[in-house]
Amino acid sequence: MRIKATPMERLFYVGNYVFLIVVSLMFLIPFISVLSTSFISTAEWARRGNFVLIPEAPTLEAYQFLFGGSKGTVFNAYKITMFRTIVGTSLCLTFTGLGAYVLARRNLPGRTFMTLLVFIPMVFSGGLIPFYLVVDRLRLTNTVWIMITPFLVNPWWLLIMRNFLMTIPVELEEAALMDGANPLTVLIRVYLPLSMPALTTIGLFYAVWHWNGWFYAAVFNSNRDLYPIQVILRSILYLGDASYRGDLGIMFEPEMMPPAQTLKAAMIIVTTVPILLVYPFIQRYFVKGMLIGGVKG
Amino acid sequence: MTEVLRILRKHGFYYLLFLPVAGYLIIFKYVPMIGIMIAFKDVTPFMSMGEIVTSSFIGFKHFINFFNSFFFWDLMENTLMISIYKTLWSFPAPILLALLINEVHNTYFKRISQTISYLPHFFSMVIVAGLVYVVFGVQGGLVNHLVVLTGGEPQHYLGDPRWFRTILVGTTVWQTVGWGSILYLAAMAGLNPETYEAANIDGASKIQQVRHITLPGISHVIVILFIFRIGDLLDAGFEQILLLYSPSVYEVADIIDTYVYRAGLLNLKYSFASAVGLYKSILALLLLLAANKFANFLGHQGIW
Repeated sequence: MRIKATPMERLFYVGNYVFLIVVSLMFLIPFISVLSTSFISTAEWARRGNFVLIPEAPTLEAYQFLFGGSKGTVFNAYKITMFRTIVGTSLCLTFTGLGAYVLARRNLPGRTFMTLLVFIPMVFSGGLIPFYLVVDRLRLTNTVWIMITPFLVNPWWLLIMRNFLMTIPVELEEAALMDGANPLTVLIRVYLPLSMPALTTIGLFYAVWHWNGWFYAAVFNSNRDLYPIQVILRSILYLGDASYRGDLGIMFEPEMMPPAQTLKAAMIIVTTVPILLVYPFIQRYFVKGMLIGGVKG
Repeated sequence: MTEVLRILRKHGFYYLLFLPVAGYLIIFKYVPMIGIMIAFKDVTPFMSMGEIVTSSFIGFKHFINFFNSFFFWDLMENTLMISIYKTLWSFPAPILLALLINEVHNTYFKRISQTISYLPHFFSMVIVAGLVYVVFGVQGGLVNHLVVLTGGEPQHYLGDPRWFRTILVGTTVWQTVGWGSILYLAAMAGLNPETYEAANIDGASKIQQVRHITLPGISHVIVILFIFRIGDLLDAGFEQILLLYSPSVYEVADIIDTYVYRAGLLNLKYSFASAVGLYKSILALLLLLAANKFANFLGHQGIW
């Protein structure tokens, strides 16, 4: 039963739609403004020198600069990012999945202690410097593994995964064991297929973490050949006007440089587009994952 | 002994499966926790693992130096103020957004505006910082363009101590409001529609319905999330500040985390930086314990 809206209510609904459209634009405008900046040509930038919404003669100068040249910096960075995302996510899922599977076994002696082992790092950490000393003395710094090995398990997601696994009825396992399956077969043939939805969701969380990761790749690593795409973006953002040409020359061919602001904009787009392309397809998994984790972690 | 053997025979496979995780946790989480002892030593950059372990303890020197230093209160103030400002704005914002989205009856419009609002959550902090750099750019930035259009002078907002915190808070709200609304919307979807119909028949206005039905209905989510937020009040946004700040705004932007980073990794004062880091970790743990106690006190299950 719907009661007819009063004039006040109709005003509210219209105002609400208008407000939400404005809010949505607030999310899109920074992005649109960056997109248009990335297409401005050197000549137009020099002539107009201020904000341009629609470039008169859009060019791909900045993009050609980023992808052109013989150094292949951006291609290489994509390769590193792909590597850490694919290998990193696979390893994260393996470690997290195994840990969660073991912790989900209700009759396992020592289970409380093992859960505590996972839980404590969630509330206390040694801090940045001792962590750095550990990874440095293990010679992980300046290798691609600095982005992968120290981050195999996110305790929070492991516990979420455990909670999910605990909802799978034990009878399934008992039946399989009765039919002569061994524990390994039970894990692979019974639990693995049933945990696919949870593994997909948590895998996507890990993948986004790896795709977006920059801090350790930038701070614990000084080898430019190992910079993922995010760190290249950061380097370009940091280019000051004074040191612009010199700094850029290390990463790219020094001739024909687009204006700094155009280049920054183009690099933001280059980094963002892959996310935008997959976002519509994966978004619902994240929302589901957020709700599982949020209701009770 | 036979008991141990029996357990191992029965469960050994599962302990074996847990071994990689345990190894990982011990090396990358627990060894650094033990490594915090360097806060009570004088460790120099070129010491080997063995030398670090065997070097002698010097007590609380680094802590005392930190507490007595002139920047101690600045760091505390910046960390807490930035965090509190962020909470003040970015905590209520998702509730408000969820309330408004909840009033939209057109499913299509609802889904699109939600999808758009989640998007910034998936951007890395570097991308967000990049958007800020370009949008607030002195030359060709959208914000300065609008400022000039309304008769102002273009300014370097990011390097201005009067504007820096506002930019931090605004950016945080922008990036988190949509994603933060998910839990509230889910809680609202679970409320009984008949309550609203009854309220409608009794002539309750929209505002009254929100105040007496919706907000009480989602209050448990609000309380839990607020307690979570208090639990990590000392996290003022390390990555975000590190990417956006510059020496000209240190006075309002330098937080404990960024200070630890500079003192430890740039100036190589490992022991001193670890002491500052440990101070923060302990404070954070106490806050979390207090927040959790408070949640239990209110009759919620808390974080654990």
